[in-house]
Amino acid sequence: MDVLRTNNALLTIGTFLPLAGVLVMMFIPKGKELLHKQIALFTAVATLAVGVVTLMRFNYGSAGKLQFFADTSWIKVIHSNYTIGLDGISLPLYILSMVVTVLVMVYSWDHIPSPGNPKAFLILMLVLQVGMAGTFIAQDLILFFVFFELVLLPMYFMIGVWGGEQRQYASLKFFLYTMFGSALMLVAFLALYFQVSGKVPAGEASFSIPYLAEHGGMLGKTVQIWIFAGMFIGFAVKVPMFPFHTWLPDAHTQAPTQGSVILAAILLKLGTYGFVRIAIPILPTAAKAWAPWIGGLAVIGIIYGALGCLAQTDMKRLIAFSSVAHMGFVMLGISTLTPLGFNAAIFGMVAHGLITGMLFFVAGSVKDRYHTLEIKRLGGMLISMPKMGWILGFCAMASLGLPGLAGFWGEFPAIVSSYSPADGLNHNVFRVFMVVAAIGTVLAAGYLLWLFQRVAFGVPKPEFAGAAAGHNDAHGHGDHVADHGSGDAGHDDDHSGDIHDVTFFEWVAWTPFLLAIVVFGVYPQLMFKIIDPAVQVTLKAFGKG
Amino acid sequence: MLASLLVAGGGFTPPKVDYHALAPEIILAAGICVVLIVDLFVSESKKWLTATLAGFSLLLALIPVVTLAVIGSNVRSLFDGRYVVDNFSLIMKAMFLITGYVVVLLSTNEIEEGGYYQGEYYVLLLASVLGMVMMTSSRDLISVFIAFEFLSIPTYMLAAWRKRDIKSNEAGAKYFLLGVFASAIMLYGMSLLYGVANSTKLVDIGAAITMKGQFRGVEALAIVFVIVGFAFKVSAVPFHQWAPDTYEGAPTPVTAFLSVASKAGGFVALISMLYLAFPHAEKVWQPFIFVLAALTMTLGNLVALKQTNIVRMLAYSSISQGGFILMPLVVAGTKATETSLKTVVVYLLVYATTNLGVFAVVIAVSRKTRSGEISSFGGLMTYAPGLAALMTFLLASLAGIPPFGGWFAKLNAFRAVLEAGTGLGYAIAIIGAVNTVIAFGYYGNVMREMWMKPVPNGDIAPIKVPPSLMAALAITGLGTLVLGILPGLVLRFGDIGALTGALGR
Repeated sequence: MDVLRTNNALLTIGTFLPLAGVLVMMFIPKGKELLHKQIALFTAVATLAVGVVTLMRFNYGSAGKLQFFADTSWIKVIHSNYTIGLDGISLPLYILSMVVTVLVMVYSWDHIPSPGNPKAFLILMLVLQVGMAGTFIAQDLILFFVFFELVLLPMYFMIGVWGGEQRQYASLKFFLYTMFGSALMLVAFLALYFQVSGKVPAGEASFSIPYLAEHGGMLGKTVQIWIFAGMFIGFAVKVPMFPFHTWLPDAHTQAPTQGSVILAAILLKLGTYGFVRIAIPILPTAAKAWAPWIGGLAVIGIIYGALGCLAQTDMKRLIAFSSVAHMGFVMLGISTLTPLGFNAAIFGMVAHGLITGMLFFVAGSVKDRYHTLEIKRLGGMLISMPKMGWILGFCAMASLGLPGLAGFWGEFPAIVSSYSPADGLNHNVFRVFMVVAAIGTVLAAGYLLWLFQRVAFGVPKPEFAGAAAGHNDAHGHGDHVADHGSGDAGHDDDHSGDIHDVTFFEWVAWTPFLLAIVVFGVYPQLMFKIIDPAVQVTLKAFGKG
Repeated sequence: MLASLLVAGGGFTPPKVDYHALAPEIILAAGICVVLIVDLFVSESKKWLTATLAGFSLLLALIPVVTLAVIGSNVRSLFDGRYVVDNFSLIMKAMFLITGYVVVLLSTNEIEEGGYYQGEYYVLLLASVLGMVMMTSSRDLISVFIAFEFLSIPTYMLAAWRKRDIKSNEAGAKYFLLGVFASAIMLYGMSLLYGVANSTKLVDIGAAITMKGQFRGVEALAIVFVIVGFAFKVSAVPFHQWAPDTYEGAPTPVTAFLSVASKAGGFVALISMLYLAFPHAEKVWQPFIFVLAALTMTLGNLVALKQTNIVRMLAYSSISQGGFILMPLVVAGTKATETSLKTVVVYLLVYATTNLGVFAVVIAVSRKTRSGEISSFGGLMTYAPGLAALMTFLLASLAGIPPFGGWFAKLNAFRAVLEAGTGLGYAIAIIGAVNTVIAFGYYGNVMREMWMKPVPNGDIAPIKVPPSLMAALAITGLGTLVLGILPGLVLRFGDIGALTGALGR
């Protein structure tokens, strides 16, 4: 395996730096909330700074090679090494995880969800960052597994402690699903190792991903298919693919805003990244056998997610279901096993992370103001808080794949690529998938525009109407009280005086997202040129250059 | 008269005794005497001295274990190969001694404040540890049996230590009756073994009992009886019924001791029997161990899900963990023989560290709440974040979540059964994988109480942790973390390459 070993401490620093912040925060009493926020934000920014250095030092001429490569003995007994490296596929996701963490920290400045305790909340977020970044740099299956699992507990607590009313149910469901998947995934990893070590000279086998990618292809078809099955369940739960998706709406809906954003932006990508990095390059024969099934489940996910969206009455739950649909496009791209499909998938991961993350931010802020996300109670957002309303509209457009915004470059090439999948795959089947996926984009436009229409257009509902005016002048507040007397006494709209437009911290947290959506939408080559060389290397087992 | 008897006895020459190899046992025996004598002469107010002395003798006994490990790679074989000091036994001895020391730390305040007899308590504890230390080296039916009883009998009394509490009496009685029953069955099996092999030495039995040539029902019966006897000790399903009641009734430090050291003692005995006495009869015991392991991990897990008492939950959890420790033994006797032995050792080390830590937290918390219910952990995060975080780590380790020790133990167990590549191996791997998920149900439940539930009765006074308990928490917590992040570093001394060979001599 061709690797670049320059600056090989950079990734380790970038990944584990958040732990330094955690260590400091552990010894500071939890009463000093401001100090905790400062330290956490500082740590996240410092981590991002290391990420920026990584970006600058990255050799874009050889994005197909693993860079900043390091390989140190870790657990000798089981031939597992601390092997890390970064190529064009992992670089965007690695940086995305850092950016998202910083912005979520900024958002948390004045949005610590109930029941408070920023110390624990921010510590969990930093630990989460370690796990996410680590997963993207790990080049050893056992190391990958450790990082992959490391994100579980922080997210479990984040949903379970700071989440909505059904938080405990949702957090447990999230945990058990993911853990079930990763248990089978681990068994598959070990089986892979032993199958490979039976075919190579004694003592040579290792858990190194580049090594296995070179030697996995020699395994027999049946063996490959079974091992792939184990990995498939592990990654498909995380993506999540239909029919393993049922944890997602609950987890997303119940999680605090920050948790939803991180889930959508990064955590779901761990699954798709696993397919791209591990399952498919290592087991090419099985990948071909599985591809039609993956593609089929992907388009079922697209349609199912879209129909699910149309049936939702809760804004956050709707966005969660739209994730199922969007990840369906990503998986469709992956299932074609073509460079175009993979490029689309990786672009789609980043785009989905930015757009859906942004949508969850908006949903969280709406919830803060309205104390409800029930779509039929919202409305007239363009009147009561126009900036927020337009941001929502912008994100909805981006999410439905409007050309010129980032979402388009994830969906469109994925659909195109399924017209001519890799050699050996049934073209007719994939063309059917293509048509179904295209219908899915229409449905996506349908549910997103319908959401936007119901939430942003019209006039504010009576229960919140006074609030908008009340924000502007004191007189309006009186109207609101009168309204309150007339009906809907069950709602806690006594907080509706909170309804105000985008705040400073929200702007700071959101602007980078919004800019990135536009920049990558207008000039997608910025990312494609990094991804593509790595994709070519990954797919070299499939013959098509 | 005496002289003529000696002549009639034939030229008896005393065996050459390697005192260095026996030093740990001798120090422990001396420690028992010292504690006993000191207990006689000190006044009530100075009884804490016995705890200190007990802990001191355990640490002192650790010194020769370390020197033995540093000096020699060669196996020290004593008494005609019936008592062997090899790498395996040294690692396990160290584990038992450290476990004993941590249990002393756990006991100090509990026993002192509970108004129990202190001197006797530590004497019995040391005696049981001595039995365990002997077990690791026993390579003969007689010494295996004596070590086994030596480690068991004191624990029957320790379980009933809270003698004014009817539950503790039940604990002791139940444990005693079932333990004796198990011993009888095992002894019967051993007598059959002796009848077949005409020797009490394990390697001789191993040579005599082989699937090749003549293999009769009596051999199979003997093997099954012996395994059943040890299955009681390691509380493998369906021989586990004593465990929950005994664990709940016994004083909590004793429960910690039972669930870790006593169980490990049973596993050490089981390993010596499987690897030395029945290595060529794997077709008999592999399916048997498979059934035991599958039942143990599954049933332990399912029943643990329903528990509301933390100690009962931990009892079933330890039953289930026992199933995972049995798991690699399913493939002992295949090409993964060596791996599976190492795996069991690694698992026992990690399990001991973690489980002792969990009990330490339980003791610390119940000092304040005076309750054994899981709900008494409600809101622990709000008023004792340190303890809650530590407990979270330890439970995560038990559940096998990285980066805490348990994941590596579980990974190894899966690795061993998959390396063997046998049908039974794959089957137990799948069962184990499913059980790993189920197990989070109850470990996660405690985490949920600590993190997400309100404080019952709103009492948020902080918990005062006495220094000895703090030391136990620090040892186990750090151990769990280090074992998880750098398993290679810690297990380097346990790079037991020649272990199987060493066991054979």
